[in-house]
Amino acid sequence: MRLAAFTLIAAAALLRAADGPGTVPAGSASNKPDQERVETPPPPFTDGIFPCSNCHATQPVNRTRRELKDMHTDIDLRHDETHRWCLDCHDATNRDFLHLASGERIPFEESYLLCGQCHGEKLRDWRAGVHGRRTGNWNGTKSYLLCAHCHNPHQPRFHALAPKPAPRPPARPSR
Amino acid sequence: MENDAKHNSENLSRRGFAAAAAGAATWILTSCGPKRLYEVPKDRLRTKISELEQRYQQRYHEHINVADTQPMAGVEYAYALDLSRCIGCRRCVYACVAENNQSRDPQIQWIRVLSMEKEKGVDLAHADPYYNPPEVPEEGHFYMPVQCQHCENPPCTKVCPTAATWKERDGIVVIDYDWCIGCRYCMAACPYGARHFNWAEPEIPTAEINPNTHYLGNRPRTKGVVEKCTFCIQRTRTGRYPACEEVCPVGARKFGNLLDAGSEIRYIIEHKRVFVLKEDLNTVPRFFYFYAT
Repeated sequence: MRLAAFTLIAAAALLRAADGPGTVPAGSASNKPDQERVETPPPPFTDGIFPCSNCHATQPVNRTRRELKDMHTDIDLRHDETHRWCLDCHDATNRDFLHLASGERIPFEESYLLCGQCHGEKLRDWRAGVHGRRTGNWNGTKSYLLCAHCHNPHQPRFHALAPKPAPRPPARPSR
Repeated sequence: MENDAKHNSENLSRRGFAAAAAGAATWILTSCGPKRLYEVPKDRLRTKISELEQRYQQRYHEHINVADTQPMAGVEYAYALDLSRCIGCRRCVYACVAENNQSRDPQIQWIRVLSMEKEKGVDLAHADPYYNPPEVPEEGHFYMPVQCQHCENPPCTKVCPTAATWKERDGIVVIDYDWCIGCRYCMAACPYGARHFNWAEPEIPTAEINPNTHYLGNRPRTKGVVEKCTFCIQRTRTGRYPACEEVCPVGARKFGNLLDAGSEIRYIIEHKRVFVLKEDLNTVPRFFYFYAT
């Protein structure tokens, strides 16, 4: 009896040792919750900018956080800019991809997974069809848009719009 | 004794006559009497509709298709609008005008966007529909678009003296413009100001007319009839989203089938803070306002 208990404890300890403290959870793609891929139109790239590897493939990777002076000067990051910068989302080794916090590389077509890391409740609503604009058929094919179609990822806040003309007040008969 | 019998027989005949008269009256009222044009037999309705199309052809010099698509089985429509997203840009108002052939002059708009102060909350007494700043949203304001609420218990249909307006099986409250006599009782009964009257012959530029119409929806109207939102019956009964839903740049408008447990509408009702306008009136609207955040 006592021997049996000892063996069990030893086995458990062995198993734990094999797991190790630094093990990366296996197959992050397989354990994503309700992650069927959503069909979206192509991402809204600026003309001629994609694939990024056209320029970046030949350039050495500079991981120092800095203000960009030569290229991409039009990007004014206003998206938690005190904590974030380019390489937090863009993959440094293959610029044609984004990457999650886990390091997993994702294509631009699945950028909603990246956004959903912080904005989880928005991703949940978006999947349900409640966040974002839906077009098409209420009982058939609905077209989804990527987050980036409406929110500029570098400045996600919505910009103010000019309203369409106000209705004409009813005319009062002249007395 | 003899007198009594005579009296009885006289009574019987009188009763018989009354019954016959009542029967005749019922027969006249039900079979020969008035019926909404929309309820006439199918083949006669088709003839009526092709006559209508010919009239529109003469008037607008374009073929206008008038459909009579019936409600789908197992479908009850509902709408939801996210007040935390709406920025009051009025894109929906003008998409609705274009889709539903509303008169440009005199101006008729089925959707009215109210500007309200965040401090006061939903306060209809101080709402402003004529707001016109250079840019929206304005600081400290939120916006509440109001249109027909397609009530489960609609006060407007009850007061119609000619039964020209009624609720369809799929929950859409419709008007038969050929049966409306323009008394505007329904406008007085509607607590949402959703119904609009054609005070003059409606004017639509020929180039802007939408030729895909429904008999109970966006077919061109005439002077002297009441009209209102129909959840874009010509689109939704064929499975499409309403025009206002598709145009909303912030995705504040949601539409779907209340009976489908997987629809957006059901998700909203089950997961979000939802309210209806003037709940205390017991009109039971199918138009829900909600806050997604």
